[in-house]
Amino acid sequence: MANYTLTTPLTSEDTRQLKAGDTVLLNGTIYTARDAAHKRLVELLEKGEELPFDIEGSVIYFVGPTPPKPGDPIGSAGPTTSYRMDSYSPTMLQYGSKGMIGKGKRNQVVKDACKEYDGIYFGATGGAGALLGKKITSAEVIAYPELGPEAVRKITVKDFPVTVINDTYGNDLYQMGREQYEVKD
Amino acid sequence: MREIEFDEVVKAVRDIIVHCGTDLPQDTYDALKEAMENEKSLVSKEVIRQILENADIAKDEKRPLCQDTGLAVFFVKVGDEVRIKGGLLRDAINKGTEQGYKDAYLRASTCEPFSRANLKDTVGYNLPAIIHFDIVAGDKIDIEYAAKGGGSENVSRARVFPPAAGKEGIIEYVKEVISDAGGNPCPPITVGVGIGGTFEKACISSKHALFRDIGSVNEDPEMAEMEGNILEEINKLGIGAMGMGGTKTALAVHIESNPCHIASLPVSVNVQCHSSRHTHITI
Repeated sequence: MANYTLTTPLTSEDTRQLKAGDTVLLNGTIYTARDAAHKRLVELLEKGEELPFDIEGSVIYFVGPTPPKPGDPIGSAGPTTSYRMDSYSPTMLQYGSKGMIGKGKRNQVVKDACKEYDGIYFGATGGAGALLGKKITSAEVIAYPELGPEAVRKITVKDFPVTVINDTYGNDLYQMGREQYEVKD
Repeated sequence: MREIEFDEVVKAVRDIIVHCGTDLPQDTYDALKEAMENEKSLVSKEVIRQILENADIAKDEKRPLCQDTGLAVFFVKVGDEVRIKGGLLRDAINKGTEQGYKDAYLRASTCEPFSRANLKDTVGYNLPAIIHFDIVAGDKIDIEYAAKGGGSENVSRARVFPPAAGKEGIIEYVKEVISDAGGNPCPPITVGVGIGGTFEKACISSKHALFRDIGSVNEDPEMAEMEGNILEEINKLGIGAMGMGGTKTALAVHIESNPCHIASLPVSVNVQCHSSRHTHITI
């Protein structure tokens, strides 16, 4: 398992070097979206319309932050459970997105899409919202403000710690890790 | 008859919500520390290290431990010699909940089931709270509180078994629920198991079991032994912290058992994430 530091937008060259279990410190601009926002983004893509951000090489963070305290760019901001985005993520990858940050397992369709479109599913530590929120240096709502915590935000991250769960080769850290430590009677 | 001012209850509830939003209880912190020391997987060890660092940051800087600040769940025992002056107890708890969530910059996570509209502009900020009342002897009000996140709630399940399923059937069922959940409920988890009663009694018991301090011993020796057996089985699953593979999937298993119908063996499994924010006050 290797450690990397990467800056967004990500390229296929960036993502193909990563293997399940590697740790990455992410830097640069990423975008936040949960189920409600994904539904709208994918509808735009399918209609051939512009997204509120450049999807090429983008990394999408599945998060609904707490309200910021006065003077802070964002509140606590850890990942939400990713399977709720399973029906949307393959389309996002197909149109050029290269990374997703969340927690919890993905379905086979998403894993296959990671292989096909050089996408990476990163896991961040769920429940570490205070720690992860501090790695976000700026945040701005760029679409769907009416969704509140689920609005699309453009955020800047500095050394945001993630682990590669699903790589571009079909590997899955959740399966690998579990197989290694499972005790069979 | 003792009288308690409505506003005194509001303030007490507000204060525990603010505190729990940012300060991980000591029992949870200690259990996580022990789990980190004993975890065999280096990846999971690092995840638990981040969880503990997160708890330190949250406490020192008064930041919410997790962005999922939960629905507010209460178990309230009301003494039969006490009355609230100036309003209803339920209203006081809801008002304190709203104030606490607002004052501590916690997220309002309640929504209407189908439109998914957030209720903060209609019902109130993160309202209504989930409140389970009981009436007891005495002139005090006993309030147990926990912030209950969605990820761990989503993997919870209940089933009514035939009596022949017995202890073995229950252990297998809990294992199956936790195995299917994998990393989704944010392990290392606490597992609440409600046994017996009726369908809904088992569910409420499994929720209440999560309010017990991690590391406390079940007063019923038979249940204490069963808790140990289930914990051992769960930790053999290899799920590990955040599902990344490891030896510490659960910190504790807590069982609450009730008498049940001769025809039934209800079981409910309710899961709490590693950020087990819970506390207890008496007014």
